[in-house]
Amino acid sequence: MATQFVIDGLKATIEGKEILKGINLSMKGGEIHAIMGPNGTGKSTLASALMGHPKYEVTEGTATLNDEDLMEMAVDERARAGLFLAMQYPSEISGVTNSDFLRSAINARREEGSEISLIKFIRQMEGKMKELDMNPEFAHRYLNEGFSGGEKKRNEILQMMLLDPKVVILDEIDSGLDIDALKIVAQGVNAMRSEDRAFLVITHYQRLLNYVKPDFVHVMMQGRIVKSGGPELAERLEAEGYDWVKAELGIEDETVGQA
Amino acid sequence: MSTEVSNPVERAYAEEVSRGKGEPAWLTALRGEAAELSASLEWPKPEKTRIDRWNLGALGQHGQTTPLASENELPEQAASLVAGAQALLVQRGSGNVLRRLPEELAAKGVIFTDLETAASEHSELLQKYLFKAIAKDENKLTALHAALWNGGVFLYVPKNVEVEVPLQALFYNEDASVSFAPHIVIVAERHSRVTYVDNALTVGGGADAVHHSMVEIFVEAGAHVDFASIHQLGSNVIDMSVRRAVLENDARIQWVIGDLNDGNVMSDTLSVLKGNGSSSDAAVVSIGAGKQRMSLTTQAKHFGLNSDSNMVTRAVMRDEATAIINGITKIEKGATKANGVQTEKVLMLNPKARGDANPILLIDEDDVTAGHAASVGQVNPEQVYYLMSRGISKQDAERLIIYGFLAPVVTEIPIDAVREQLQQLLERKLNA
Repeated sequence: MATQFVIDGLKATIEGKEILKGINLSMKGGEIHAIMGPNGTGKSTLASALMGHPKYEVTEGTATLNDEDLMEMAVDERARAGLFLAMQYPSEISGVTNSDFLRSAINARREEGSEISLIKFIRQMEGKMKELDMNPEFAHRYLNEGFSGGEKKRNEILQMMLLDPKVVILDEIDSGLDIDALKIVAQGVNAMRSEDRAFLVITHYQRLLNYVKPDFVHVMMQGRIVKSGGPELAERLEAEGYDWVKAELGIEDETVGQA
Repeated sequence: MSTEVSNPVERAYAEEVSRGKGEPAWLTALRGEAAELSASLEWPKPEKTRIDRWNLGALGQHGQTTPLASENELPEQAASLVAGAQALLVQRGSGNVLRRLPEELAAKGVIFTDLETAASEHSELLQKYLFKAIAKDENKLTALHAALWNGGVFLYVPKNVEVEVPLQALFYNEDASVSFAPHIVIVAERHSRVTYVDNALTVGGGADAVHHSMVEIFVEAGAHVDFASIHQLGSNVIDMSVRRAVLENDARIQWVIGDLNDGNVMSDTLSVLKGNGSSSDAAVVSIGAGKQRMSLTTQAKHFGLNSDSNMVTRAVMRDEATAIINGITKIEKGATKANGVQTEKVLMLNPKARGDANPILLIDEDDVTAGHAASVGQVNPEQVYYLMSRGISKQDAERLIIYGFLAPVVTEIPIDAVREQLQQLLERKLNA
């Protein structure tokens, strides 16, 4: 079955404040969707709410992946159902090596007794690390500890590649990356494009979209998707900024939930 | 053989036991004096832990032991700890039951025997060291221990001898009514090198009991001692363990302490950095559960120029367990260019668990470097979320984080077998 990811009327709050005010979005395998928008409009909240960050409470709506509502699941179940979020600020976990973590994540998807063999795992991991131009030493470093911003982002893409998800959300994956690192990350994403995988790329900037070509572009303001279009929309936003969107829609303050 | 030992111990009883074992007169006198002292001295007072409220009277009576023919006669959980040991001492209850030292080590002059045998066979040599690092009159505990210690270890490595294989000791007790009080003396002469590993455990439960053990280590100039000790005594047992090393010029010690007991614990490990260029590295790991109370102290006292100490403690507290973790770095006047660093971290897995980290730096010299870090906290929910977002279950995520927390101590352990053993014991206590 081709991957179908449908967000329907999703509302979410943080500490009682509503940030997502009814998100509707439908994605199919093979498609790349970009969500753009100024700071504070709810983009990253959408990513976190979909993944199930404990700080956010989903109050209404569904997000179904092949007819299964992810919102009914615990975080780890969402991941095993096929959702992957490349985080803007990945956690650092001391004492847990990158490779031990990755192997645990792969084995979490496998039945007990059919865990991946160590040799096969190392071969896979080293192969993908090479594609991402990562120093092999990073396999033995503690998870994200002492990684630079760019190294953390590459490590997120490495996880995506090894976990083979159905729906990938990239939350500001381009922030903190120099152009060379951005190209490598984009290559990694493009290599993962396939008919049964959908991508949701969250970004401030057009820059990433030069390397990862979106099929659809959505603009988020005030906790809603206020405008959708094709790749040309991203180009216009880059060239002209967001003011024309605000004027067109009669929006004065585009942010949401700001005290 | 005697009436119940009261607390403090009676002089006559200590002397009678000593004579019964055929100990030399100086040792009988030492025990007698110590027993006498125990009446007037006070219990040690570690920070924020009232050990005087613990039931420290259950010291047990001297128990008779019969030698074992081989390790095959050990209870299973004890046997697994010493599987494959080439050099081995086993104490059961109040006395040694097995001794083994490879011939080639004996030929090099290495002595590795129980302390009681050493008292008769190497009386003069032992007298130079016994209760010289720890004085019998420091407090009620040292006095009681000096009066009552049994079994134990005497490890003597002559100068320039490097012992490749780890020397292992096992102390176990199956009978809560007998006295279980090993005393360990390690002497590493100039430029020698040795690794010593011991395990203390109780098999089966029983009445309240006290295990008191003391370790005295003399590291002479340029010598290097690796010392590892893992205690896993039962919930009915209070563990009172004091360890001390005295280091001469350029001497080095590495301590690895695993406090994995189920009962109350007072553990105090001190390096006295007497010599110039001496160095000490101490790694302590502990897991508390139930209603355990623990006082875990590591100390470094710097006298020597350019002396260096590093202390790391990691403790995981479950249930309603409490740990008071003290790190004391003392740099004396004149110990220029000394460096002392310490870190104490406590991870609490339950809102009712309690951890207290007390880094204490006492510095009487200007030209030194010192640092400390301490933290007490719970498992970070952001980290759990991050791991779960990769499909790892909550339970496995917490497990990874906890092992990661303990890793800085576990990975320091120099002997693979001990590291694996400690890992297994940690796993057992975390999952119990």
